Amino acid sequence: MKLMLSCLIGLFLLNVAMVDSARAIDVAPAFEDAATQARYERLARHLRCLVCRSETIADSNAQLAVDLRRQLRELIADGRSDQEIMQYMTDRYGDYVLYKPPLVPRTVLLWAAPVLLVLGGAAAAFVVIARKSKLPDTDPDDPGLGA
Amino acid sequence: MLRYLLPAGVFAGLLLAFFLGLGRDQQTLPSPLVGKSAPLFELPRLDDPSQTFTNRDLDGQPYVLNVWGTWCVGCRQEHDALLEIARRNEVPIIGLNWNDDREQALRWLADLGDPYMISAFDGEGRIAIDWGVYGAPETFLVDARGIIIKKHVAPITVAIWERDFAPLLAQAGKTP
Repeated sequence: MKLMLSCLIGLFLLNVAMVDSARAIDVAPAFEDAATQARYERLARHLRCLVCRSETIADSNAQLAVDLRRQLRELIADGRSDQEIMQYMTDRYGDYVLYKPPLVPRTVLLWAAPVLLVLGGAAAAFVVIARKSKLPDTDPDDPGLGA
Repeated sequence: MLRYLLPAGVFAGLLLAFFLGLGRDQQTLPSPLVGKSAPLFELPRLDDPSQTFTNRDLDGQPYVLNVWGTWCVGCRQEHDALLEIARRNEVPIIGLNWNDDREQALRWLADLGDPYMISAFDGEGRIAIDWGVYGAPETFLVDARGIIIKKHVAPITVAIWERDFAPLLAQAGKTP
């Protein structure tokens, strides 16, 4: 029992260590300057890997993600602004390359959906509760304590 | 009445949404480059690294750019179709050999036949990024003005060529 427990704990720690190492993007930091490195990692987490679709280029090691990260590093080293870099990417790959979709007419429903669902649920709850509260308090089949 | 109509209406709406939504092609991403100028490039030739090829040389005539690699299964699938399209001699096909090994690529062309007028070697994938390439095989049609007028992602077939590309060729040859 004790052995099993320590095995489990060991596995858990190993898991934590693996997840942690997976968080670093490249083998070594790409930039010496910590602020630039942070900017690089932030931008990489905002760009979609177009082969893997549900991953960012920071998470993926597909060849295209590797190439796009290199491109990103070069653009940063070249002194381009965040906006210029995102423009560079969307010029080539369209809005889909942005991991967070922009708010444009085409995506209004996407962005509004959570609010609409909450409002719809609230409206439904309101109607049901209002209707139920008009019913008499006691159930005629089960007079209970009131009788 | 409403208590029956409302759920039935919602159900019908969902059915319609799923029917329209699930029938759509989810794999092909629209390219922002269609309708824009084809990115210019100059790359070493696949068959001879000491020589370069640039698509500037094709100014004034339509051409097809086909992105391929020996690691790409879809490229193997479409190879016979490309050979057939090349045999028709309607338009030159330029190969963009993407993130590949030069020797393997040359052996592939020697073994399977070479549909390309010329293949450019994009060993680092830089030109592919300029063209917004995300998954080989991809096939672009560029017209005589240098504008990308069609892009196809996934293996091409002779049927797709005849349906989507060939009709555009007549227009594609005209310079302004």
